[in-house]
Amino acid sequence: MQIYLPIAEVSVNAFLLLGLGGIVGVLSGMFGVGGGFLMTPLLFFIGIPPAVAVATEANQIVASSFSGVLAHLRRKTVDLRMGTVLLIGGLIGAALGVVVFNYLKSLGQVDLLVRLCYVVFLGIIGSMMFFESLRAIRRIKSGTPPQRKKHGWVHGLPFKMRFRTSGLYISVIPPILVGVAVGILAAIMGVGGGFIMVPAMIYLLGMPTKVVVGTSLFQIIFVTAFTTLLHATTNFTVDIALAVLLLVGGVIGAQIGTSIGTKLKAEQLRILLAIMVLLVCGKLALDLLIMPDELYSIGAVEGH
Amino acid sequence: MRYLAALLLCLLALPGRAEEVVLGLSKDKVAITATFQGSEILVFGAVKREVPIPQEPLDVVVAVAGPKEPVVVRRKERRFGIWINTDAVEVDEAPSFYAISTTGPLNEVLSSVEDLRHRVSIPRAIRSVGAPQGVTDAQSFTDAVIRIRKDNGAYTLQEGGVVLDEQTLFRTSIALPSNLTEGSYPTRIFLTRGGRVVSVFETTIDVRKVGLERWLYNMSREQPLLYGLMSLAIAIAAGWGASAAFRILRER
Repeated sequence: MQIYLPIAEVSVNAFLLLGLGGIVGVLSGMFGVGGGFLMTPLLFFIGIPPAVAVATEANQIVASSFSGVLAHLRRKTVDLRMGTVLLIGGLIGAALGVVVFNYLKSLGQVDLLVRLCYVVFLGIIGSMMFFESLRAIRRIKSGTPPQRKKHGWVHGLPFKMRFRTSGLYISVIPPILVGVAVGILAAIMGVGGGFIMVPAMIYLLGMPTKVVVGTSLFQIIFVTAFTTLLHATTNFTVDIALAVLLLVGGVIGAQIGTSIGTKLKAEQLRILLAIMVLLVCGKLALDLLIMPDELYSIGAVEGH
Repeated sequence: MRYLAALLLCLLALPGRAEEVVLGLSKDKVAITATFQGSEILVFGAVKREVPIPQEPLDVVVAVAGPKEPVVVRRKERRFGIWINTDAVEVDEAPSFYAISTTGPLNEVLSSVEDLRHRVSIPRAIRSVGAPQGVTDAQSFTDAVIRIRKDNGAYTLQEGGVVLDEQTLFRTSIALPSNLTEGSYPTRIFLTRGGRVVSVFETTIDVRKVGLERWLYNMSREQPLLYGLMSLAIAIAAGWGASAAFRILRER
């Protein structure tokens, strides 16, 4: 069934969009990532104009994250306190990120920088997670008990706060810094930032994997809601018809993803996310390295 | 301004005034609804003449153009081992859609001088003035626009697509794709003899979003904040709805 999208001004198959939304929703519920880094390139591929794809994607992530968070709230796997601290950092970071983004835009080549950002961050995070999870799985198989939590420099900082759900008693400075860093990257790369936030929470803050997913989703809702409003009021590129089709698939997928996620072991979850991140990274790197079929591309004129 | 141009064109065509087009369109308005899947427009007409049919055979050229818009064409080049956009050329006017249908090969039914004057063929319909310094092959950028848009079906040329009976009645059908943009689509019909244009007829086809499409589009432009909030409300409601539905399913 073809449907004409009022803002994107293209006609696409409705079932294709429902399916895409569903797949990305499953991943979102499983790993606590918004799925923007997967969905946005997929939308480009089926012919949605990039500006509309980025803006509408943000709106869809709000829906699937909200659906996912509710599922996690019932399981009590959301650290609301930690989420709020991260969110404060995230909003500061997002504001800084917009400034950085506009500066890069004035230099030109912002597309390339966004792509390079993706390749570098996805590559680093993906391989780090992959090897760490592999070690963890081997350790469990060989029967050696996991290492005790170390008391590093993170625990020596002031402004300590108790995060009961995560079982942590640490300073608020590291979570705020993580929030700021993720916010900056999210604004530049046009995504919720879950795929950076999740590893940062696990490895930098030492939060348990089960809590990380729900907390990440909680924080993503606010960041992407903010982004949606920004795009709707400044660029007029949010396509509500596209968003509805994607999010119907997405919210159902998120529920399925959450139940799959709770059945898997933390290490398995991490290694799957790592593989997915590495695949996307590989695809983007190949696009940059292999000669494209069509060297020319048509774009809209700025300021019209 | 457009009427003035049309009038001028008519005046230019005065010597061949002996023959005129009487036109019919199967529809002069295209409504884009939510389930719009493209449309086909039948262009048909007759040649009205007050003199006997001349010896030279008559030919018909029908050209339908979409709204004109400026575009930026970028070219990728390999730098430091990766493919990045380097040169960019602004093409001042490129129709979003362009379809030509003729009775025979375009270069035979229309001389290049007439093509230049009326800007009929696809390369002539695109206007590009000047490339930035450092770009020496501006033409290849215009060619790229034509190539990309021909590939995705936005630009079409049907040579032999117009059926002409008894040098008087003609008809052709123009397929409008599903990814149509809004606007007026100027439609021109040329009568030619030996490559010369003897008569021009101009009209427009109106392409408009209607119903829900129209309402959403207007709202996104006129009340962007409300539109954004509505998008968020739908997203939250859908998220909550799915969550509630699954809980009921699981509890059973």
